[in-house]
Amino acid sequence: MPNLTYISLIPLLPLASFLLLGLFGRSYFTKTSGIIGTTLLLLSCGLALYIAYGYFFEYGKVGGVYQKLVPVHYVWLEFSKGVSIDLGIILDPISVMMLVVVTLVSLMVHIYSLAYMKGEERFPTYYAFLGLFTFSMLGLVVSSNIFQMYIFWELVGVSSFLLIGYYYDRPSAVAACKKAFIVTRFADAGFLIGILILSFYAGTLDFNTLIQKLTSYESPELQSAITASFLGISALTWGLVLVFIGGAGKSAMFPLHIWLPDAMEGPTPVSALIHAATMVVAGVFLVARLFPVFSMSPPALELVSWVGITSAFLAAIIACTQTDIKRVLAYSTMSQIGFMMFALGVSGYGGENGLGFTASMFHLFTHAMFKALLFLGAGAVIHFIHSNEMKDMGGLRKYLPITHITFLIACLAIAGVPPFAGFFSKEEILLAAYQHNSIIYYIALLTSALTAFYMFRLYFNIFWNKAPSQKERAGGEAHGEHKHEGSFAMLMPLVLLAVGAAAAGFIPFGNFVSSDGAKLESEFHFHFSIAPVALGLIGIFLAMWLYKTQNDKSDRIAASIRGLYKTSLNKFYIDEIYTFVTKKILFNLIGRPAAWFDKNVVDGLMNATGNTTQLVSEKIKRMQSGKVQQYAIYFLVAVIGLAVLFIYVWKN
Amino acid sequence: MTEPGLYHILFISTTLFFIGVYGFFTRRNLVTMLMSIELILNSVNLNFIAFNKYLWPNRLDGVFFTIFVIAIAAAEAATAIAIIINLYRSHHSIDVERAEEMKF
Repeated sequence: MPNLTYISLIPLLPLASFLLLGLFGRSYFTKTSGIIGTTLLLLSCGLALYIAYGYFFEYGKVGGVYQKLVPVHYVWLEFSKGVSIDLGIILDPISVMMLVVVTLVSLMVHIYSLAYMKGEERFPTYYAFLGLFTFSMLGLVVSSNIFQMYIFWELVGVSSFLLIGYYYDRPSAVAACKKAFIVTRFADAGFLIGILILSFYAGTLDFNTLIQKLTSYESPELQSAITASFLGISALTWGLVLVFIGGAGKSAMFPLHIWLPDAMEGPTPVSALIHAATMVVAGVFLVARLFPVFSMSPPALELVSWVGITSAFLAAIIACTQTDIKRVLAYSTMSQIGFMMFALGVSGYGGENGLGFTASMFHLFTHAMFKALLFLGAGAVIHFIHSNEMKDMGGLRKYLPITHITFLIACLAIAGVPPFAGFFSKEEILLAAYQHNSIIYYIALLTSALTAFYMFRLYFNIFWNKAPSQKERAGGEAHGEHKHEGSFAMLMPLVLLAVGAAAAGFIPFGNFVSSDGAKLESEFHFHFSIAPVALGLIGIFLAMWLYKTQNDKSDRIAASIRGLYKTSLNKFYIDEIYTFVTKKILFNLIGRPAAWFDKNVVDGLMNATGNTTQLVSEKIKRMQSGKVQQYAIYFLVAVIGLAVLFIYVWKN
Repeated sequence: MTEPGLYHILFISTTLFFIGVYGFFTRRNLVTMLMSIELILNSVNLNFIAFNKYLWPNRLDGVFFTIFVIAIAAAEAATAIAIIINLYRSHHSIDVERAEEMKF
């Protein structure tokens, strides 16, 4: 194994960009900050690709199995022997893959933002935040220690908070960033408790040791974690479930998904970076990282798969009725993340059973490509129209030809049409689900048909349907620079990502990433893929029939299933349920009594102490008369009193 | 005439002590009060010497203590007289009842 210490530059370069632009950007680099940030990230991305090449093709494999390498390891905080918070870098197939995904998508977003965010007042700050986010995410994926991961996990939360709230003068953005932060933070509490439980039983915080100790049946640690139980559920399951809650919060899984749609208040490239390709897959990555341990606890895996499939299905239904294009994309993200989650849930460890694991990681990879592309394409559309609403759009294919083509490729990819990337990964996921649990398989099949429908509803509504209205054309002409598509910096990432979305599926993913590091032969069953592809095509044609030209068919259908339509439009009233639970139940039952207790009992005790002191001092202050001789008499009497006590009473 | 015993000397020192205490409480003149304190200190010195002579005749601890007490008393007298002079400058009196500002 060659010396790989330079790998730490991959996360450190974006950190340098953050520090440089955050400290000096506003005074020295008002114009050049974008170039600086992008250059540093380009270096980081090049390094990541180089490492990936080296790892997958040169030194990563020993005896046909990909090894876990720890090239950088630094003991930072040692609590006791073996239990320490270390800072280190772990290289295994999933972390190397994530390095490539994160740096690549982040680089595309950096380049895209050069044009998209041009002329923003806080341009340097924006690039500084992007740098911080990329640093945190890279640090998260290479963490060799579960606590290190937690640190970066929180950093990701903070930087997403900053980016969502970038337009801090908009009240909705402020509300959205607070919501995102609070909801994910709430979930992180579960993660922290989960870490404590797991590390308590394993006696270590190091990933490698932890996985080793909690996966072999002979180890006393695993035995004690299984036998110890609380409410009839073993400690191992509790720990994993709590860790999963943290992951579900970051990955916007039902019922902690409420922050994701609102987080679309941030700038669109940020949505592409955070809410499509990197941050929301942190939860999936976490489950994948601890997957060997998860596979020791079937109930935890069961929970993962059901939460995943519920989120996927629910989000797909909601996405069908939303009118804000970014919200449609947000719900489709949630749905796709749900796919990755349940793919992990239905997977087993090692060999052929690990199909779900490989499929999940494969889908993560392809999804990063096409979802970033979708968001950046949507950004180009919004840039052109100056609106997020679908009803303001239509017929844009003439005005935005390149965006149109790339968007179409991304839609085909996410809908699972061969030979685009999404097809391959989705097939694998469905196959894994089919082998494991048929109920999940059928729901997933339905969901993938819905995916095709809502994506093409979006596509036809933006690029076909009615001709652009008078107002839009006027707007386009008034903003002379917007009459044509964005500049080269905006189009290049679209084209590159489109190539990725079209071709990423042909990577033989099973050779590189599998649950146990060994090569997984992925078979391609032709019969099996007939059903999903056919359903996907039905979804596409349905969307085409409804939305390709301007008509009232969709309105009539919506009117005929009014109840369902309303429910879906209002996102199943989950936000309302949360408001009800917090405002009406939590505030009244816990908040108000607690406030009363604080105001009357706690404050009352404090006030009573103060008042009593004041009262007593008022009464006794006359004793201090200023007469020296009086003091001396008090003293003498006291001494005599003490003398009497010592001599006659307390003698022994 | 017989040699005076320990009790005689203790009697004298007690008398001296209470004369000092009485003086401290009843005089209003600060200098007289200071003199009373000297009486109290000297009664203590007398005790030291007496106990040293009658109980541990071959040791010198009491004598040394006495010397220290005398030295401290000298320092204390110097400080006290300085305070009294300053008081006189500000109040034009050394009557203790005129210096009662330091109260609540």
